[in-house]
Amino acid sequence: MTLKEIMAFVNGEVIACQEGLDHEVSSAFGSDLMSDVLAYVEENTLLITGLINQQVIRTAEMLDLKAILFVRGKVPCDEVVALANEKEIVLLTTKHTLFTVSGILYKEGLKGLQI
Amino acid sequence: MDKYFKDERDVAMRLKYQILRDDFTRAGEASSKIKKVLKQLAIDATVIRRAAIATYEAEINLVIHSEGGTLEVYIKPDCIEIYVEDDGPGIADIELAMTKGFSTASVAVREMGFGAGMGLPNMEKVSDNFVIESEVGVGTNIKMTVRYI
Ligand SMILES: Nc1ncnc2c1ncn2[C@@H]1O[C@H](COP(=O)(O)OP(=O)(O)OP(=O)(O)O)[C@@H](O)[C@H]1O
Ligand SMILES: [Mg+2]
Repeated sequence: MTLKEIMAFVNGEVIACQEGLDHEVSSAFGSDLMSDVLAYVEENTLLITGLINQQVIRTAEMLDLKAILFVRGKVPCDEVVALANEKEIVLLTTKHTLFTVSGILYKEGLKGLQI
Repeated sequence: MDKYFKDERDVAMRLKYQILRDDFTRAGEASSKIKKVLKQLAIDATVIRRAAIATYEAEINLVIHSEGGTLEVYIKPDCIEIYVEDDGPGIADIELAMTKGFSTASVAVREMGFGAGMGLPNMEKVSDNFVIESEVGVGTNIKMTVRYI
């Protein structure tokens, strides 16, 4: 599933690294705990979170993740957006809750991780 | 478990970073720089990823749990060695600290997305060899080896 498709499914907006919207992800992982993300997440995974600090970008950077979807209408501050642009990580935001976007994307065929 | 010691043989490149206590805004910068260097050396992506997870978890632990310390990386012909040393407070019960889910992190740290008690077990998981030694009132030393595939 491309990030562009995901953006349409969740009625989202892109807030960083627009040029990366053609990237594809095969699975998603939703969490506000970055150490769980670091322990379980594989490449080509979309990170879905309500946390908007710099450590979310750093976590994605360490794992070579291409994209983060922020839920509940959260938008990180300019520094965090700048860091994501620098690291070429696509940032999306949606008004839906984590549960709702998980349901939408699962129904559309995005898989969860086996842990 | 092996004893902690710095193996100075065959070091092709050394990287060293000072990590300050409670320096939340810069937490992760050292790991980011390390990752950049490893990428420039064209090391296998899986190896880089494991090393990045190890350094980042270690760096965050230095910021949130220690009095500050150093993060050092030795790049060798057959592996990457990561050395983490801090100035205290030390860990009283290492076995407990290594247990998944055990954490003494503050509420503020948990709100930042850390404090799941997953860092140390994950550092051990991504390393081919993991050594931790600690003395209360002195400090903690960790050595992690990630071998090339
Ligand atoms: N450098 C250190 N100095 C002193 N205590 C430490 C140090 N590193 C870890 N600890 C202790 O070990 C516990 C477990 O560490 P671990 O990294 O596994 O989890 P955490 O940092 O609490 O949470 P997470 O890593 O999931 O964000 C910590 O809560 C802390 O009590
Ligand atoms: Mg930790």
